Parts: sequence; C-alpha cells; structure tokens
Amino acid sequence: MLQIIDRRNDSKNKSAVNRNRFIRRFKGQIRKAVQEAIARRRIADIDNGEKVGIPAKDISEPQFRHGQGGRWSIVQPGNDRFVTGDEFDRPSGGAGDGGSSASPDGEGLDDFVFTLSREEFLDIFFDDLALPHLVKTQLARISEYKRVRAGFTSTGVPTNINVVRSLRGATGRRIAAGAPYVKTLRALRAELEQLESSGAGESKRAEEIRREIARLLRRIEGLPFIDTFDLRYNNRIRIPAPSTQAVMFCIMDVSGSMDDEKKQIAKRFFMLLYLFLTRTYEHIEIVFIRHHTQAMEVGEDDFFHSRETGGTVVSSALELMQQIVRERYASNAWNIYCAQASDGDNWEADSPKCRDLLDSTIMPLVQYYAYIEISEGDPQNLWREYAQVRANHPQCFAMQQIGGMADIYPVFRELFRKKLA
Amino acid sequence: MKRKSSALPAGSEWSFESIERYDREIGRVAGEYGLDGYRHQLEIITAEQMMDAYASIGMPVYYHHWSFGKHFLSTEKSYKHGQMGLAYEIVINSDPCIVYLMEENTLPMQALVIAHAAYGHNSFFKGNYLFRTWTSAEAIIDYMVFARNVIAECEERYGEDEVEQLLDACHALMTVGVDRYKRPPKLSLSKERERRKERETYLQSQVNDLWRTLPPRREREETEVERRFPEEPEENLLYFIEKNAPLLEPWQREIVRIVRKIGQYFYPQRQTQLMNEGWACFWHYTLLYHLYEQRLLGDGFMLEFLQSHTNVTCQPPFNSPHFNGINPYALGFAMWRDIRRICTAPTAEDSEWFPGLAGSDWRESLDFAMRNFKDESFIAQYLSPKLMREFRLFNILDDAERPKLRIEAIHDEQGYRVLRQRLADQYNLGSREPDIQVWNVDLRDERSLTLRHFKYQGRPLGGTRDAMLKHVATLWGFPVRLEEQDENGNVKLLTEVKIDRRRDRHDSAAADADPQP
Repeated sequence: MLQIIDRRNDSKNKSAVNRNRFIRRFKGQIRKAVQEAIARRRIADIDNGEKVGIPAKDISEPQFRHGQGGRWSIVQPGNDRFVTGDEFDRPSGGAGDGGSSASPDGEGLDDFVFTLSREEFLDIFFDDLALPHLVKTQLARISEYKRVRAGFTSTGVPTNINVVRSLRGATGRRIAAGAPYVKTLRALRAELEQLESSGAGESKRAEEIRREIARLLRRIEGLPFIDTFDLRYNNRIRIPAPSTQAVMFCIMDVSGSMDDEKKQIAKRFFMLLYLFLTRTYEHIEIVFIRHHTQAMEVGEDDFFHSRETGGTVVSSALELMQQIVRERYASNAWNIYCAQASDGDNWEADSPKCRDLLDSTIMPLVQYYAYIEISEGDPQNLWREYAQVRANHPQCFAMQQIGGMADIYPVFRELFRKKLA
Repeated sequence: MKRKSSALPAGSEWSFESIERYDREIGRVAGEYGLDGYRHQLEIITAEQMMDAYASIGMPVYYHHWSFGKHFLSTEKSYKHGQMGLAYEIVINSDPCIVYLMEENTLPMQALVIAHAAYGHNSFFKGNYLFRTWTSAEAIIDYMVFARNVIAECEERYGEDEVEQLLDACHALMTVGVDRYKRPPKLSLSKERERRKERETYLQSQVNDLWRTLPPRREREETEVERRFPEEPEENLLYFIEKNAPLLEPWQREIVRIVRKIGQYFYPQRQTQLMNEGWACFWHYTLLYHLYEQRLLGDGFMLEFLQSHTNVTCQPPFNSPHFNGINPYALGFAMWRDIRRICTAPTAEDSEWFPGLAGSDWRESLDFAMRNFKDESFIAQYLSPKLMREFRLFNILDDAERPKLRIEAIHDEQGYRVLRQRLADQYNLGSREPDIQVWNVDLRDERSLTLRHFKYQGRPLGGTRDAMLKHVATLWGFPVRLEEQDENGNVKLLTEVKIDRRRDRHDSAAADADPQP
C-alpha cells in the first residue's frame, strides 16, 4: 500500500541550528563584513538585512585532492575539429577544452556571499555598541501593529463580506453564464415575431418556440443569484504602526581633525539614534549639517566623505539648524531630535554663544539633544559650556566623551530609559 | 488524430488522489517490466524543506554542524536569486525508500519524479551489488537518529567547540575513511548500541596497551627485529585513527566511527552516479512512454514531460558555454537505451563488439548490467562505438612535461578501444582521488604517524594538503608526516606537522624537505 505523507506543515527552519552554528563560528569574519557594510550603507538602511561576503578561503572544507601537474587523460564530447595526433596549446584558463577538468584545488578565491537576516545583522551591530539586552530587544522588535485596508480577498469571515463587490461579481457571473441562453432566446423571439406577423402565430412551430422560450427563461431564472464563488471580503493587513513623524538633525564637525575613524564612530552614533526613532515614529526625515567655520546642509555622501580644513565655529551649525526648523519643521507637527558629533575643538569665543543658542532657542524646540565628543584628551571649551546646558535640561540633553563604539550607548541611556519605562 | 486521455488525471494541479493514481499505474507497468525495489513512501515537502534536505545531503535526520549551515546559506542564496532551480526530487536509499516530492511541482513533474525515483533509483538501490554489499537500507535512518543523539549528547557533555573541532577533522578525512575492498559488517542499531558501551570501556585500555612504556620483558624485545606498525599499509585513515589514535577519548572514537560509517554509506553513490542516474532516466522514460502508448496519458502531459526530460539528458559539446563535463544523466541514459537497442536490433558492428549481448532478452541483459557493475566497469563493458560516434567523444592528453596538449584518440575505428578505456578510467575513483595510506607509526620514539601518497600518473597533491595534515594531527595528537612515493618507487617527505597534544603545544612546520634515504 502506497504511503503519501504530507510533510509541508512539519517544523520549518530545520537548518536554523546549522545556520546559527555557521554564524557563530565565523563571527569574527562576519563582524568585519558587517562593519564594512555599515560604512557603506546609508543611515536609513540600517534596519534591513544585508548581504555579506566572507573570504571563501577561511571557510573552506579541505579534502585530499590532486594538484595541477602530472598526466591527465581526459575524454570529452562534441568533437568537431580534431583528429588523432593533433597538438595544440593549452587554453589559457577558463572554460573550454583544456586539461583543466580536474580543477586544481576546487577552492575559489571569491568571497562566500550570503544574506544575514535583519535580526542577525542588528545583533552584530548592537554587539559592537554594547547595548543592554533590554534595549536590544526593544529596538529589534516591531511590537505595535495597526490594521489597514488592503483590497479584497476571496476568503474571509462573514462580517467582512463586501456587499457591493460580491454582488457585482454575481451579476457578472450571471450575465456570463446566461449568455448562451440569451443568444438563443433572441433568435427564437425574432423567429416568433416573424411567424406572428405572417399570421402563423397559432401554428405548431410557434407553439414550440413559445415552449422553448419559456424553458430558456426558466433556465436563466435558475442561475443562482449569488454563489459562494462570488463572495468578496474586505482584506485588512497588519502593518507596523509607529506613531507620527520626526526629523533628525545630524550635525558633524568636518574640520581637518575629524579623521575617517572618528567619522565612522559618529556614523554609528547617528545610526543608533535613527534606529530608535524608527521604532517610535512612522516617518523620519534626516537633515545633515556639516560645519567648519561655516555650516552647510549636505547629502549623506558628502556628509561622511568630504573633508574640509580650517577652524571650527559650532554656532554656525546651530544657527543653520534653527533656520531649517523655522522654515521646514514647524515644531508642533514634528518631533525634532538632534545628534551632534565633534572632536570638541571650537573657536574659544564661540562656545558661550553656542550655549546661549541652545539654552534659549534650540532646547525648547527639540525632544532630545545628544552630543558626543570624540577625543581622548581633556574636554575642550565646548564641553564646559555644554555641561551647563545639561544642568538646565537634564531630561533631554545628553553628552558623552567617547573613545570607541562601546561608549556611544550611554549617550542615549536617558532616551531609551524614558521609552522603556 | 488527437488522443483523448481518459484514464489518468490531466492538468498541472496535483492532488493526493491523482498522485496515488499515477503511482498505481506506474507501479503496474514497472511490475510488468519486472522492476524490483523496496517499498516506497512519498513525502510532500515545500521548497524550504527541500533546501533543508539539500544541506543535510538528503537525509531526513542529521547531526548538527556548521558546514551544513554553510551549504544551506549558499543554496538559499542562489535559489532566492534565481540562479538555480531546486532538484525536483530527492530519494533516500532506505527501506522503505523515501521519495521527496516538492509541493511546487506540477502533476506531470510529480509523475516523472515517481517513475524516476520511486521505481528507477529505488530498484537500483535494491539491485546493484555495491549498494547490496556496502549499505544497509533498512538500518540507515535508525542509524542517523542514533548518530544525532550521540553527537548531541557529546556536545552537551564536552562542549560544542570540542565536538565541532573533531567533526571538522573527521569530515575532511571522510573521503579517505572508507573501506574500498573490505566488506564492512552490516549496520545494526541494537548491536551498535550494545557495542558502544562495550567499546567505551574496553577500547581505551587496549589502545593504551600499544603504548605501554615498560613492557614486562624488555631485554627480549630489544633483540627482536623492529615490529612494523601497521603491518600492512591501511587505506582507511579514519578506521585506523579510530582504532589506534593514542590520545582520543572513547566518545571521540565514537564520533570518528559515526562519520566513517556515514562516509561508507555514501561511497557506492559516488561510484555509480552515471549508472544510477542513467538507469532512473531510462525507466522514467520507458514507463511513462508505455503509459502513453496505452493511451493513459495525454499529449499535453507528454510535452511537458519530454521538455523536462530533454533538459536533464542534454549534453552540450565541449566548446559550448554551458559545457560542464560529461553529463552523467545524458551518457547514462544513452547507454542504457543503447544496450536495449543492441539486444533488440543489433547491427553487424554490435554483433562484433557485443557477441553475447546482441539479440539477447533486453530485460535480462539490463538487469544483469544493473546488478553487477559500477560506473568504471559499466563503461568499459558496454560503451558502444555507435555511442562514441553519437557523443563525438575524443581524448586529450594533458602531460605537464609536454608543452602542448595532444589528441590521443577520437571516435574512429582506431580510437574506440582507447576512448572506452580512458573514459572508464575517468570514472575510476581510485585514479580520480589521490591514493593515501597509513604507512608507518613510530612506536618507540616520538609516536609519529606517517602517511604515504602513492603517485599515479605523476599527479601531485593539491594545495589543501597542509590543511589536511593539520586535521590528521588533531586526531592523532602526535607528529604527522606526509610522504610521496612516485611511480619509480622514490620516496620524499612532503610536509609534516609537529604536535604533541600531551604537552598542549602547537607547533607546526610545513616544508618540502629533501628526499629521504
């Protein structure tokens, strides 16, 4: 007796364990690949999975094999030119008729490329930043959903039946299914009319036609008015539902002393804030402001990759931000967040001015202001002034001097705590 | 005139009823042809599950290891990017024979798979002498469950990393961990379990006996001629390590044994790929055509079936961009068909080349060939001049010592025998894979293990040899050397790994040393 077993509903992800083992084993290489990927990708792309490649050499599984050399006698199909005794040069690598069918080692030099899921990617991203576990799950989870309409489906529960759609479908079906009868009916009526007009209205043929017409009418009548097949249901799907809109200002010092490494740290700082915002807001805009002695609004590429020299006037950036907020983000419709990264150098006389600007105009506008100073030495003058701002606005101003990635998170501690509570 | 398919369901949607009906009809015809296989069991799976099955070489149960995760990731990637389709079927050499059908297949594809796997491969598994002697279909699934449990237990007790390192080394040696000539005892689960306990207790002491540093009668031993160990070179590296590696714990020996057994189970598959695939193709073709002739199948069905069939059994020529060696499906299918032709309609040439075969009963001749050959001998015995002409086969000699490649033979009267012999050799695992044997163990001094590579046709070992030797050293625990003996009997040291696990010191050196005296 034949056995057919339906395994389709068996547990899925049988390979999940093996996949995790793979990722665990090559964590070092994968982390490196993820770091490269982060350097490459845009801040707003942080929340996706990522294709990463790690060197195939590292993950090869060796076997004893033959190498190149020695005598190989190879039989191949499709001879269209050779006769016994022909001699010719070795083809230079690649496909074709060479003696290369015994591949030397079978180990390519290409990268082994695979896709990390969003969770795996974020996990590695978080690992670098030393996020507390609770925050990790908070960030990685999409917890709130709302249901929105998404067209119609042919299956569903009775409460969701869409009457208009269903009846429209039923009408269409009745017309289509009745079409052959209607056609014959029309022909018969024409014939009957002709018979009647020619005075043969009582003839046997006319009687026959009348019976046939009645039969066809019954047939048409007999088509079901509505069929389960016609039913259409309103379709609702769940989509993640963060609440409203936010704008995030990224302000960075691009004076000569900010090297690429510092910029990479700053980038993670911005990414983390972005990630936090995506959990809370539906729509997020990012504004990049870079500054040296003058501030300028730029695109993301310019922001991270161009380099200027010269002094530093931080207030120029704050003024520009203020101006942009006034023009584009009237503060009652937008939640404003600001993240500023700098190496702490500022023109001496400018720092008090920055403090004034923040205290009086900017802090009332923003939800949260985070500042990181990427430097190793003693805090600079800007730090001292900002410390006063923090004293005035302890709930929504955070600052931190950082040397590496793991120092970034404390800047947001207050922010995350507020949300987690 | 248009055929009207009346008997079997048409269309592309399958249902359980229609699959059952197809199976019944195909089974009936297979019975008429005298195909004999294990009972079979069809399992419907999704594409995802197919990828899972891929990663574990088709086995429904397997222990966990990162390399399976790697295979899964690469399969998933190429599948999702549309670079590759999944195989339509996977069939497992077990009793009952398990055949996976993919949910996405159309009804004609399901019928094709049933004929191909459940009747073609299945009868091959049951009939071919290699499978009969080397694998135990009725025990394999149970054994895999046993293996998974043992390894999971070891992971729990000794840590995942320990086990993983051991498995890495064992996997690397899997291809040189098979008995090629000795018939292994049948797998039996109850016996395995029983023996496992036994082995754990006694094996270790026996092994240590070999290394006893103070033999009771020392004076006499000194006068003896130095005992060689092993007395005969051993081709099965994993077997040798399992039985003799001095420092392995009992559980480690158990794992080595498991990997070895599984490697042994897959060994016949590697030796009969061409025959096995060709056999399955021949039968799906013959069975479905038979049903078509009985007017049970419609033209639409046949068109779809033939399209898949020709895709699989197509052989691009050597200069085509699609060329990827000789397609075992194509050549295998053609050879089985050719044998049938030689039996039923022999030409004068066939009568000369195959006097015993020409005109014989084709069913019996095919059955005989299926039971008693492997790829190498099958080609040497049955490849006919007609097929060599059809495939336009030719033979190239690539000798590293000569500046040019040379055509040694083509599909003509002088070339047939050479071609046939060369092609058969191409399918000989013995010449395709390097011949490496355990040569000597230094019992007295540093306890080093010497492996010897016997060069064939002057072919050197590839660049993986250093990595491989490290794996051997991991298992052996003492220095490991690799020597090479060329065809004239000269021996030279290729590379060695110095290691002494007792002192936990890792120090490896790899160098091409001077020829040894």
